[in-house]
Amino acid sequence: MNNSIISVKNLVKIYRMGDVEVHALRGVNLDIRPNDFVAIMGKSGSGKSTFMNILGCLDVPTRGNYFLDQVDVGSMSNDQLANLRNRKIGFVFQSFNLLSRTSALENVELPLMYNKKISSKEMRDRSLKALESVGLADRAHHFPNQLSGGEQQRVAIARSLVNDPVVILADEPTGNLDTRTSLEVMAIFQSLNNQGITIVIVTHEADIAAFTKRNITFRDGKIIREVEVNGQRNAREELALIPVMAEEDEL
Amino acid sequence: MKVRNLLKAALRSLAKNKMRTFLTMLGIIIGVGSVITMLAIGQGSRQSIQEQISSLGTNVLMIFPQASSTGGVRMEAGSSQRMTIEDLNAIRERCPSVAYITPQVRTSGQLVNGNSNWRTSVYGVYPDYFNIRDLKLTSGMVFTMNDDRSAAKVCIVGQTVVTNLFGEGADPIGSFIRINKIPFEIVGITEKKGQNAFGQDQDDIVVAPFSTVQKRMMAVTYIQSMLASAVSEPKIPTASQEITDVLKAKHNLGPSEDPDFTIRTQTDIANMATATSKILTILLATIASISLLVGGIGIMNIMLVSVTERTREIGIRMSVGARGRDVLLQFLIEALLISLIGGFIGISLGVIASQLIASILKWPVTISAESILMSFLFSSAIGIFFGWYPARKAARLNPIEALRYE
Ligand SMILES: Nc1ncnc2c1ncn2[C@@H]1O[C@H](COP(=O)(O)OP(=O)(O)OP(=O)(O)O)[C@@H](O)[C@H]1O
Ligand SMILES: [Mg+2]
Repeated sequence: MNNSIISVKNLVKIYRMGDVEVHALRGVNLDIRPNDFVAIMGKSGSGKSTFMNILGCLDVPTRGNYFLDQVDVGSMSNDQLANLRNRKIGFVFQSFNLLSRTSALENVELPLMYNKKISSKEMRDRSLKALESVGLADRAHHFPNQLSGGEQQRVAIARSLVNDPVVILADEPTGNLDTRTSLEVMAIFQSLNNQGITIVIVTHEADIAAFTKRNITFRDGKIIREVEVNGQRNAREELALIPVMAEEDEL
Repeated sequence: MKVRNLLKAALRSLAKNKMRTFLTMLGIIIGVGSVITMLAIGQGSRQSIQEQISSLGTNVLMIFPQASSTGGVRMEAGSSQRMTIEDLNAIRERCPSVAYITPQVRTSGQLVNGNSNWRTSVYGVYPDYFNIRDLKLTSGMVFTMNDDRSAAKVCIVGQTVVTNLFGEGADPIGSFIRINKIPFEIVGITEKKGQNAFGQDQDDIVVAPFSTVQKRMMAVTYIQSMLASAVSEPKIPTASQEITDVLKAKHNLGPSEDPDFTIRTQTDIANMATATSKILTILLATIASISLLVGGIGIMNIMLVSVTERTREIGIRMSVGARGRDVLLQFLIEALLISLIGGFIGISLGVIASQLIASILKWPVTISAESILMSFLFSSAIGIFFGWYPARKAARLNPIEALRYE
């Protein structure tokens, strides 16, 4: 674990609904090193989202330890968790979760708004840069309802990286997107990973997982398999081939 | 979050639901507007009553023969006839705190000049009456004590009387009129005073020497009441005590016995009137405050709806690092903005309404800086008070549950 970005030990999450207990996580151990690119896979209900929410400090485990960037998250207050989400984590949701009637730029600025140390000018500059890195600089002043699903997800990615997080967590980021836009999103993740950012995504599709460096499979709240990806595929290259195929698909 | 960004976010979310924001604000607007207007009316009437009372004169004391309360039947003040000119002379000699004193009798008189007729009250008093009541003459002179001794048939009249008997703007000094068939010479005209708070015309009077009215017109030997003034305002209670002692001695009453007269000072009257108008003001302000309260409940209601509707937004904000207090502040500022903007509009409308009431209904209104400041503070307090609960509810949401909310 020594230099791990994420290190979890015996993570257990039990949901209690009245008398019924749902064991969503039954002792998960995992280390994620800097600049890793991990895909978490597994059947529906196997505990992937539960795990990601805990990694994202959106939820807390019932038992077990979680170290984020060498810091023990277990004993933190709600405010400290909020601070972690603000400074160290970028979260991308399947359903984008952008603020409606708020421009793309302002959506990207949102995490920086909750950081008092950042001036308005720096906020604007960094957000524009983040939008640029997902290829949407020219759409900065458009509203979410004026953007396609893929574009909205790219805005969400820009938002997740604007605060310079130690890790970007994405729960089924391509779940609502078609093949082509999924590839676009993966291309962005790959280029971010090439720049040194650590990324963890959840996906159902083996095709998508093939763009990452390491695949982890969950079943019944436990990790059942961990494999390094041999011959990581390159999303940008495949994107270049796709237009023809996409048109065929539609016919 | 920085204050500027907070304000921006709050304004934006209020602007998103313009109609709803306006309707919520309306409660506060009406509440604050009516508080301002009601206070203006209450304070206005209080002030005008106080002005009226000070127009009674300076440091005035009124002395009435009191109804005897024997047999449990309390008669109207002034119905007893046990007050004489000897009482007055004794007061004049033995009460150092009394500056001026005059007896007072009042009767009604039929005034005739040629074929003009007018009916009004005729007062019989000493010349000191004019000092006590601060009554000035626009022309002529006050009659003298010699006129009183000789029961001279002279009188001083008010503007209304002049207008009705001689026509507008006439100067009838030296003219003779008949009062109850007795000829009187007009020797003075009082300054115009207009109506008092109770709608009485203060210029509709005739003042003549005491003896003239008492002996020639009424043919009685008693005094209806006395009017005195103390040497200074702080001496009013002393003067009142001195008069009580002298009159009790004159009437052979022991110190522990109830007096057979009543002394009412200007302060008493002022206090009574102020107390009444204070109650009126409080009543009006209470009714208005209730509407402000209803407005506040409206804010709370809408904020609760808003928190529920925006659960997902709250989840998104929390997921990127908003702490509970950031969310709390955001909703609190929205509530505060509604109530402050509403308060501001309410104050403006209240001021306009008060001016309209003043100019159309001719009611006296006074808008004080305090009432404006108070309404402003009150409406912001309402915003915070009624915004607090919904805001806290939002702040306590769990990020994951908020995000899952559909
Ligand atoms: N808030 C909750 N209350 C109760 N049970 C829950 C809650 N959230 C998740 N669960 C249960 O925990 C288990 C794991 O759920 P989770 O959402 O982590 O699965 P998942 O692997 O993300 O599935 P999917 O691929 O469908 O997204 C499931 O059995 C689910 O019913
Ligand atoms: Mg899931």
